[in-house]
Amino acid sequence: MLIAEVGFAEATWILIVKALVIFAAVFAVAPVLTVVERKILGRFQARYGPNRVGPFGLLQPAADALKLIGKEQFEPRGALRLLYAAGPALVVFSGIATLAILPWGDVKNGVGFYGIDVSIGVLYFFAFGGLSFYGLLLGGWASGSKYSFLGAMRSAAQLISYEISMALALFGAILMAGTLSLTEIVHAQDDVWFVVPQFLGFLIFMVAGFAEANRAPFDLPEADAELVAGYQTEYGGMRWGSFMLAEYLEMFVISGIAATFFLGGWKGPGPGFLDPIWMLAKILGLMFLFFWVRATLPRVRYDQLMSFGWKVLLPLATLNALVTAVLVTVL
Amino acid sequence: MAKADTETRQFPYLPDSDVVAVQRGPEPGGIKGAYRVFGETLRGLKTTMARMIEGPVTIQYPEEKTAVYPRFRGRHKLHRFEDTGLEKCVGCSLCAAACPADCIRVVAAENDPANRVSAGERYAAVYEINLSRCIFCGYCEVACPFDAITMGHDYEMADYNRGDLIFTKEMLLAEPIERTPLRVEGE
Repeated sequence: MLIAEVGFAEATWILIVKALVIFAAVFAVAPVLTVVERKILGRFQARYGPNRVGPFGLLQPAADALKLIGKEQFEPRGALRLLYAAGPALVVFSGIATLAILPWGDVKNGVGFYGIDVSIGVLYFFAFGGLSFYGLLLGGWASGSKYSFLGAMRSAAQLISYEISMALALFGAILMAGTLSLTEIVHAQDDVWFVVPQFLGFLIFMVAGFAEANRAPFDLPEADAELVAGYQTEYGGMRWGSFMLAEYLEMFVISGIAATFFLGGWKGPGPGFLDPIWMLAKILGLMFLFFWVRATLPRVRYDQLMSFGWKVLLPLATLNALVTAVLVTVL
Repeated sequence: MAKADTETRQFPYLPDSDVVAVQRGPEPGGIKGAYRVFGETLRGLKTTMARMIEGPVTIQYPEEKTAVYPRFRGRHKLHRFEDTGLEKCVGCSLCAAACPADCIRVVAAENDPANRVSAGERYAAVYEINLSRCIFCGYCEVACPFDAITMGHDYEMADYNRGDLIFTKEMLLAEPIERTPLRVEGE
């Protein structure tokens, strides 16, 4: 029985080079995103945002990182050492791991323009995306603080109410493409981007994505107004920085998955070498949506979040998947 | 209409014509609620986008300064007569008497006719304003019979030591190092 089809295998050294490139890209992209977000957020609030460090404030992330690295590594007395330290590491790990499956272009000269093209594709994304939540839960619980604990519990509740809708929202696209592989799904959008036939799926995925990335208006695990900073209350220095890094990575990955599934991935006019640029442009466009929504909407209440997830998103996502399944079979 | 209101709302008394029924918002939830939430979300997004298009309204302070109105009460200035160069202050201490914060100290001395300092009989040998106590009310300016002291336009007076905030006569007579921008007519 064929368990998983492997189209072609790449040499080990190519994989290592890819892994290094992805790792380097993470630490190049995430700091830039922080300053971009702060500047865009500033514009939304009719102010400039950071513009003091370096030209146009572009060196702000360097200053931030330097400050965070220079800070003392402290632990609360009630913290469980190992788990407390493992939390941020786990979150960053899962963020980097999910970045591996984003396809940046087609296979050229036997080298795929992605980290790995796993045949289970989107399941890999959900598996590692779900893992990041363990980081929040462990970190929040191991801090030995009630605010952290509440934040961690909230993130758990949020996860179970959104992960299902998110997966079901992608179901429509998967059914239409007939494959789980992300490159194949992009190829299936040659004629029309899936955002047109699967608009509802796209909307549900983005809304669930906001919750998945713990971004406003679903940033309940952090909720600075009521929970100080939620699961990251007791963290400082680069450990806190890791949580922030992971948040931006997660946002990036969710935008990337949405671009791959609904916006035609790397497809765009122009020669083949523009593929990664198209992909990046689509991702950044979706990230802008994240910032825009953050600048606009207030945080929803906990029960509103729950009832919205279970009573609105889940039925809609199920309906979307069902109708798509029927249409795909019939047509 | 009024009758229907009384029936549905069930007032415990017979409402007069001047009783205004409370306008309630729409019930939350349901299809209508979902539609409303969606619409309001889009409206909010439009509002924030409009702010972005409008551009920042903040002033980049140390480089850009807010222009002040001509009547702005900033740091004090002491004046001289333009033609003779003599000080207008005659050391009458009326400003010190008027000062509610008690931050002005004046010690008067007799003018030497050969070497006049002020136009009057006496002059201020010591004229000090403790700006860390001053409340910038402008009473000194009002009290002065010779317009010798006026409130200037400078508002950047931060310093590291409290002692440096006691301004002497020389400092008050000197032109400010940097001119504060003045608001022009119609701005």
